Amino acid sequence: MPDTDSSNTKAGGAGEPGPHPAVRIRPIESGDLAQVTAIDAEASGIEKVDYWYELFHRYGTRGRQQRFFLVAEGGGAIQGFIIGEVRDWEFGSHPCGWVFGIAVRSNARLGGVGSALFAAILDSFRRAGVDKVRTLTTRDNNLVLSFFRSHGMMAAPSIPLELDLPGARGGVA
Amino acid sequence: MKLQTSTMLALYSVVEAASQSGKQISAAEIAERYGVSAHHLAKVLRELGRAGLVDSSRGVGGGYRFSGNTRRLTLLDVIEHFEDIGARSPEPGTAQTDVGLAITSVLSEIDEIAKATFRSITIDTLLKLVERARASQAQRPGQEQAPPVPLPGNASR
Repeated sequence: MPDTDSSNTKAGGAGEPGPHPAVRIRPIESGDLAQVTAIDAEASGIEKVDYWYELFHRYGTRGRQQRFFLVAEGGGAIQGFIIGEVRDWEFGSHPCGWVFGIAVRSNARLGGVGSALFAAILDSFRRAGVDKVRTLTTRDNNLVLSFFRSHGMMAAPSIPLELDLPGARGGVA
Repeated sequence: MKLQTSTMLALYSVVEAASQSGKQISAAEIAERYGVSAHHLAKVLRELGRAGLVDSSRGVGGGYRFSGNTRRLTLLDVIEHFEDIGARSPEPGTAQTDVGLAITSVLSEIDEIAKATFRSITIDTLLKLVERARASQAQRPGQEQAPPVPLPGNASR
């Protein structure tokens, strides 16, 4: 199971669904990976080539009944992406859809790209047989929080917790 | 979580005015709908006017018109004109004891979550919540309906 990477989430506007965009939503292909990595780097400020390569192979190439890695293509380029999966029985929770990454090119925001991506992954979750979708982001990420709120998402019954590990090195090996 | 009465009146007023799509709403209408003091509401509406969130006009047919952007204005923006929900006056003993400091850190955590929640909900999103609640009520016949908030569709953007 991937870590929830809320730093990847960067939605298509300051919290509101925009007009229907001229983009086509489709599953990611290997040729899209560089653009997806660049869009994420623009949003998060960190270029994570290995991370996205790994996610592509785990989410973009197999298991598409439960894992969804979608891109929005328009104007001859990838304008944004969304990634999620069905998670089963986490701490007794019934199977539900999880969105753990969404990002839209900064110059394509406010055009409904994020909304189109979100709608597409909701359809994927419905087809997978789940009736609830969840996500997780930091509480200071107001852009993304507002985006999900504007699409009707409410506080979940879960509470995220974390723990500083004394003695651990700061980076990931 | 409990907000002060003035803050709640401000939220009622802003949402009611925003749902009217450029039309005016009178203080009396809002007061009657929510069963609140018209006098208190008038003071709140004046404050909202000073904050630039509503325009007012006097005379026959006068009232208040929403003048913000429903897709930008958040609940926190409105609330902060009336109270600081993050400001916690020190309780006796908190600063002097380890237990007090630990409890204060938990309370601060709750305050931060509350602020993030209010910050993430725009007036437009709240109007959608009202719409959903109404649709949900309509599917459950026999239950008493909440007072109507005229909704939104072409609310001021």
